[in-house]
Amino acid sequence: MFMYYVRLAALSYRRNPILSSLMVLAVAVGVGAYMVVFTLNYVLGGDPIPHKSDQLYHIQFDYGDPDVVDFEPPPQLTYRDAVEMLEQSNDLRRTATSKFVAILEPPGNDLRPFFVNGRGSSADFFAMFDVPFQYGNAWDRASDDGQRQVVVLSQELNERLFGGADSVGETINMDGLVFTVIGVLDYWTPTPKFYDVNNGPIDIGEEAYIPWSLIAGQQLRRSGNTNCWAAPENSSFEAFLNAECAWVQFWVELPDQQTFDRYQNLVNNYVAQQREFGRMQFPVDKRLYDVNEWMVYNEVQPDETRILSALAAMLLAVCLLNTVGLLLSKFLGKSGEIGVRQALGAGKGSLFIQHTIEAGFIGALGGVLGLGVAAIGLEGIKILLGPEAPTQWITINFTVIAVTILLAIVSTIIAGLYPIWRACNINPAIHLKTQ
Amino acid sequence: MELGPITRALLRNKLGVILIALQIAFTMTVIVNAVYIISDRAANMARPSGLDEANTFHISSIGYGNSFNESVVVDEDLNMIRQLPGVIDAMVTNQIPVSGSGSSSGYSLEPGRRDMLVPAAIYRVDDHFLEAMDLSLVAGVPFTPQQIVRRTPTDERQPTETILSQAMAESLYPDDWRQALNQNIYGPDGSALRVVGIVDRLQAPWPTFTYVENSMLTPEITLDNSTTYLVRTEPGYRDELMVEVEERLAAAPHQRILRNNQSLEYTRTESYRIDSLMTTILKVVIGTLMFITAMGIVGLAVFSINRRRKQIGTRRALGATRFSILRYFMTENLIISAAGVTLGAIMTVGFNMFLVQTFNMPRIDWFYAPIGMLALLLLGQLAVIGPARSAAGITPALATRSV
Repeated sequence: MFMYYVRLAALSYRRNPILSSLMVLAVAVGVGAYMVVFTLNYVLGGDPIPHKSDQLYHIQFDYGDPDVVDFEPPPQLTYRDAVEMLEQSNDLRRTATSKFVAILEPPGNDLRPFFVNGRGSSADFFAMFDVPFQYGNAWDRASDDGQRQVVVLSQELNERLFGGADSVGETINMDGLVFTVIGVLDYWTPTPKFYDVNNGPIDIGEEAYIPWSLIAGQQLRRSGNTNCWAAPENSSFEAFLNAECAWVQFWVELPDQQTFDRYQNLVNNYVAQQREFGRMQFPVDKRLYDVNEWMVYNEVQPDETRILSALAAMLLAVCLLNTVGLLLSKFLGKSGEIGVRQALGAGKGSLFIQHTIEAGFIGALGGVLGLGVAAIGLEGIKILLGPEAPTQWITINFTVIAVTILLAIVSTIIAGLYPIWRACNINPAIHLKTQ
Repeated sequence: MELGPITRALLRNKLGVILIALQIAFTMTVIVNAVYIISDRAANMARPSGLDEANTFHISSIGYGNSFNESVVVDEDLNMIRQLPGVIDAMVTNQIPVSGSGSSSGYSLEPGRRDMLVPAAIYRVDDHFLEAMDLSLVAGVPFTPQQIVRRTPTDERQPTETILSQAMAESLYPDDWRQALNQNIYGPDGSALRVVGIVDRLQAPWPTFTYVENSMLTPEITLDNSTTYLVRTEPGYRDELMVEVEERLAAAPHQRILRNNQSLEYTRTESYRIDSLMTTILKVVIGTLMFITAMGIVGLAVFSINRRRKQIGTRRALGATRFSILRYFMTENLIISAAGVTLGAIMTVGFNMFLVQTFNMPRIDWFYAPIGMLALLLLGQLAVIGPARSAAGITPALATRSV
């Protein structure tokens, strides 16, 4: 019976091709546009590390100057607080991390020296964020403390330097320092780049990872954001490290409530103690943020995609209103046929099923076409984002496909409810008379 | 006019009216707010940086190794670049306008008054900035070569003069920005800078910065092995000079790498990428919505005309002209659209209030809603012309047929 109704729906489509195509087009455009925005929001507003986002916490200290109006406490740590918190969190997985840039002189004479974006991190960084390794391993905590010159390369950099071979044990020269390759990452570019959102949620990933202690130890060229609310005592590097300048991200892994409570106490005590020294005078609402809270707190989801969500919802509404009207025209346009079917014994139930299937049929066609619309839309956005922005995160995945088709069918049927009801309640006598 | 009969006829088909009116209302809400967002962004993108953007490019040089002496290399590079035919002038700067990255600080009129600090972008430049950046001095004097401080980042020597953008001078002296000339202003650490000049306009590097027009220039070359040159050329020479300058810099026997050889136009395109993306998306949305709504109006008009073919035939037979049939359906559409745009105006303002509250956008100008209403009324009329003309073409003879 189902197939019979599907065939009827197809026949009905062919009888009224322009009206029907208009409906399919409206559903496709509405659903397609909604899917484009859904995909952007799905990634940018989604949970970047779902299985442990509630165990990873970033610290927000009470930074700032109470005298300065509208001061927003910088969402990073100062060097001395980062070092102190590393020390105090010794029994937990934790990492201080920040960006640097360096000139890399490749081994051999084939390649010219080039610029790399690097990241200093503590040994636990890789385990905390589930960073995948292709070759070798991360360094250990002893290397952090000993400022050992070891490096973990990104897949791309390993490709560029060593043709993708297992380069563990090779050495590279960065800013005049010799580093031993200890590991090579697999492809890893989380979006949003949740572990450091200071330069936007879709920042390019780093190419070389080294122990964070080396950034201060070797005075590497720092990059990323630096926010000072009191001037350093003088121009020396030492003075800068001790100054009220926030430039370090700090994450800690707190696996359960008990650890969380203990750690929260530790942080609160630290703040109380610092306050006695005249620091941390600018009270904050909250000091420990898990990954998702941190994304919201740092307003990772761009205004643009949120505005577009609202607009896309209204676009979908227009398209569905359109569909209601067109379905109504279509169903009432074949009142004669409905009259005949009723006269031949079709009950309201079967008329209802028939027309629901017809609406669903149109919805399904619209959904498939909508996928095309969404694909074109996302491709267009990639092109418009330009060559320099990372765009590999903009893809139609299985969830999007499933949601698109489902949204199209369900919304068309909902839009069709009133037309279907009207179609089921046609008085057959009137329509049979004029035949 | 047959307003009475038309309205009564419409009331017999309330749902059709409601559907079209709602569509028009939503369409108007989206279109008017989208146009307003587009014009808001376009206004942002149109703000001039103060530079001769069409004829300017920049390139960075980063030295390495022990033999690299930045101070010597800078002089050598600048001499070379300035002598190239087609170059108007070249300079060293720590940051590039509209590039999105750079440094800022706050300055106040009294030392130690942290509550009075006015934020500004800090451009560290040499004495060629006026020509190279194409700025005009509206008060005071430019930097002299002797004032340029060459310092390593840990050097205690600091520049003692500054030149402000007029907007920065206005922030410090709201009543009369000229008063800023020859005054001392104080940084967060209490260090003083004397204002020796004021330039008409120089934007900070961050397009979204609240104080985007507040800039300061200080006479300083920071020797940290990383140097950015900004080069202004005669019209038409930029692209070939970008290639030539990079080739010549690369040919010089120094251990360094060259990066970000970009025209300022490209830098601007990159910085406003999201704004132009948003603008394009919104334009597509507007076009799509107008099309869908117009199609919906056509679809329902065709339907309602087909249902009334006999009545139309009867009216024609009773003496109605083609024009009066046409007028009937045009008027009918006008009534529905009028209801739609009235609701649309309310929804437009409501949605705008949501945007204002949630995203801190400026409030919509009053004339957007009326113009949007007119535009949608016009769209409705255009959409219904086709079906109405075909209705007018129905022959009076139809009245005598049974179907």
